Amino acid sequence: MVLFVLAPAFGLFVERVVMRPVQGLGEAERLVMTIALLSGLIAAARWIWNPNVPRSLPTFFANSAPLHIGSATITWHQAITMMVAVAVAVSLRLLLHRTRAGAEMRATVDDRALAGLTGADPLRANRVAWILGIQLAAVGGILIAPELTLDATQLSLLIVSAYTAAIFGRLRSVPMTFAGAVVVGCMESYLTGYLPDNSLLTGLRLAAPALMLFVALLVFPHGRLHGRNIRLRPVPVPTIRGTAIFAVAIVVFGVVLGTVLSQSDLITYGAIFSLGIVALSFVPLAGYAGQVSLCQLSMAGIGAITWAHLGAHGQLWALAAAIAIPGAVGGLIALPALRLSGIYLALGTAAFAVILDDWIFTLPSFRILGVRISLFDQGSVQAVGPRLFGFQLRTGTELMVASAVALALASVSVAWLRRRRFGRQLIALRDSEAAYAMLGGNLLVARVMVFALAAGIAGLGGALYAMQQQSVTAQQFSFVTGLPLFLIAVVGGLAYVGDGLFTGTLLDGPLNAMVAIAPWSANLAAILPALAGIGLGRNPDGLTPAVRRDWEPVARHRIALAVSGVAVTLLWVLRLMHVINGWVLFGGALAVLLALRGYPALRPAATGEPEIPVEWWGLRRDWRPADEEVLARGIARG
Amino acid sequence: MNALLELRGVHTAYGELSVLHGVDVRVAPGEVVALLGPNGAGKTTTLRVAAGVHPVRSGQLLLGGRDMTGATPRDLARAGVCLIPEGRGVFPNLSVRDNLTMMTFTGHSRKQIEEIAFTRFPILAERASQAAGTLSGGEQQMLALARGLATDPAVLLLDELSMGLAPLIVTRLYEQVAEIARQGVAVLLVEQFAAAALGIADHAAVLVRGRVERQGLPDGVLRAELSALYLGSSS
Ligand SMILES: Nc1ncnc2c1ncn2[C@@H]1O[C@H](COP(=O)(O)OP(=O)(O)OP(=O)(O)O)[C@@H](O)[C@H]1O
Ligand SMILES: [Mg+2]
Repeated sequence: MVLFVLAPAFGLFVERVVMRPVQGLGEAERLVMTIALLSGLIAAARWIWNPNVPRSLPTFFANSAPLHIGSATITWHQAITMMVAVAVAVSLRLLLHRTRAGAEMRATVDDRALAGLTGADPLRANRVAWILGIQLAAVGGILIAPELTLDATQLSLLIVSAYTAAIFGRLRSVPMTFAGAVVVGCMESYLTGYLPDNSLLTGLRLAAPALMLFVALLVFPHGRLHGRNIRLRPVPVPTIRGTAIFAVAIVVFGVVLGTVLSQSDLITYGAIFSLGIVALSFVPLAGYAGQVSLCQLSMAGIGAITWAHLGAHGQLWALAAAIAIPGAVGGLIALPALRLSGIYLALGTAAFAVILDDWIFTLPSFRILGVRISLFDQGSVQAVGPRLFGFQLRTGTELMVASAVALALASVSVAWLRRRRFGRQLIALRDSEAAYAMLGGNLLVARVMVFALAAGIAGLGGALYAMQQQSVTAQQFSFVTGLPLFLIAVVGGLAYVGDGLFTGTLLDGPLNAMVAIAPWSANLAAILPALAGIGLGRNPDGLTPAVRRDWEPVARHRIALAVSGVAVTLLWVLRLMHVINGWVLFGGALAVLLALRGYPALRPAATGEPEIPVEWWGLRRDWRPADEEVLARGIARG
Repeated sequence: MNALLELRGVHTAYGELSVLHGVDVRVAPGEVVALLGPNGAGKTTTLRVAAGVHPVRSGQLLLGGRDMTGATPRDLARAGVCLIPEGRGVFPNLSVRDNLTMMTFTGHSRKQIEEIAFTRFPILAERASQAAGTLSGGEQQMLALARGLATDPAVLLLDELSMGLAPLIVTRLYEQVAEIARQGVAVLLVEQFAAAALGIADHAAVLVRGRVERQGLPDGVLRAELSALYLGSSS
């Protein structure tokens, strides 16, 4: 039933809803789709099957006596697993290489357009591939499930081992993949069985698959996937004025939020700016240079650790270290990653993130050359605010404003970078590595620099995040936690400087607010980023440009700018005097801003219309100066 | 003579950029029409329209008098249109044999296909299990052209068959094309290497900036005019 109805149905669903819209787009978009799917399914599985309830499945023939072959003892379940594996491998090989349908699938991967010209059906090939893929995954799942604890995250991380095997086969050859799987399996059990019992190496066992994936990626040569059809998108050059206004808006936003939110809300929503900074680190790396890295949140984790340990008294130099150390780590990753690109780079960085999660971040403190190094101390670490000019930032408000300022500064720097030669070089690097190298650019230097830069930005974000949360655990910086961040950043539009604020706000604002208003929606909130990622197919440039297009006239228009400034200040003052509550402030500010948005555009007036909802003032009819007063008064009364 | 393939007043564009401005082309069965013109004139685009790969904005695509405007490449392929695209008519990661398997979607058995391909181009038999991407340029073009030979199409569209090949090979390939035409196939070919194409063409059209500027027999007059057209000084 699962194999022949559910799995194919799900395969078809994935092909139709998720993959087809991005078919014509680049490899990067398809990669994002699969990441969205992974992240969404993990969230969905946690929703459907409560992870706190332990589950286990019976094995096949659990009651039969095990087999004895020579000196080895195997259970029936293991025997069946092995037989199925061999049968699947053999038939897959036959299907792919001996049948026309197999040739059709491989040809579609090779050159989709040409496959259509020969009269083959690329769509059918995709469908068959997805159905088959998901059926096989289901077979694998059924066989492996009884041997593991059933937990969505754990099961998903099986992909790490699976990919290692696939890389052995260069994602192409069935027999090599099979051999790879055997090697991976053996290595894992050897490590489990024979690793010296050292507390430093406990995590290594868990991280072994990821470590092997990393090594396999580096060792096994792999043809680059075809890049022919990748559509290159322009990366806009931010204007100086626009960037300045944007930066000021961030700070204003930060001040307003910081002063009106309660202590506990400050912790909940505090991450808007600090996670925004982490998301901003994707802009130079993925947006400009086209390097998809899935370990940015891990870099943030390193930044957080650095700050927590070195900046225990808020020394400012420690903040520099919280940028420099992740920066150095990022630069180091870039060295091996130089050989990788596209999906392989994403896999490599994902493997790195998993290694950090499972091994490095769980290490107890240890000594190297007499220096005591401790990470998360196998629990949580505390972080305090920085000391600025002899003044310690302690309250949530101060930290929030500080993060907002940091995000504003980081956004300005990234915008500035875009205007510099290095920014243009990065874009050239994205467009064509070969061309970049031939023009005399140094690939290694550029890659290391951009990875280091992005990791540094992420580290700063991580440090600020830690300060705001006051205490952080490794879990908060894990690979799986990082997926939604990446997805929303992609939805926002990686090429745009505004993406940092967008991601932080969206990830931390509405989702938390939703959970606050309706606690039952927590699971829904967990899935939303994935759905948003899947929605990307409709708007591959991301949303930031659309937002910017809508708001640009406002920023250009002096009066509008002044009015919004006055209105927001007014509301803010009212809130501080406790005349209105937070929701009214929020709604009012939103209404004013939305109203203003339409004002400079001077949309045609619809005079004599009796009732236009407030939020449409200035959109459906002209904005009148009187409206401001009406609005302010109405809000004040509320 | 009735045209087998006909483009009528075709306009098309890539996004905002309009490329063809009312192109009319007719090819009768057994006829070879050469489409010539400077770089960027829209020759490849014309062939892509004829194979259904690129949609028309206005105008019609007729196949044997039937309106096929808007049909998918797959429908057209099954209706007998065979496009050998510019530069890459093979699946590089598939073996020669698998490439031949991919020619069976238009209704021929693999046996028939292999027989025709291997007798016309014996070198392909020797390389049967090699990945097509590792063949030499000439061998790849042979493999690509084998699709035109073996699948018995009604209309054969060839884009720059000579690209990057030695003149001797080009001559050999065009001999094969002439042979295909003699069997009643309508051939529309695009060629920069005008001499090779005009040698076998029954009819020639010169495309400049998305318009057919001249057509007629590939005689001396047209040849003389070509150089002027290529330099863009036609008026
Ligand atoms: N995918 C595309 N996107 C945008 N513009 C395109 C695309 N393909 C072609 N063009 C433009 O359309 C015009 C015609 O292109 P086409 O490839 O048809 O020319 P051509 O006559 O085949 O040239 P050549 O002799 O160089 O092969 C060119 O100006 C080209 O820049
Ligand atoms: Mg061309």
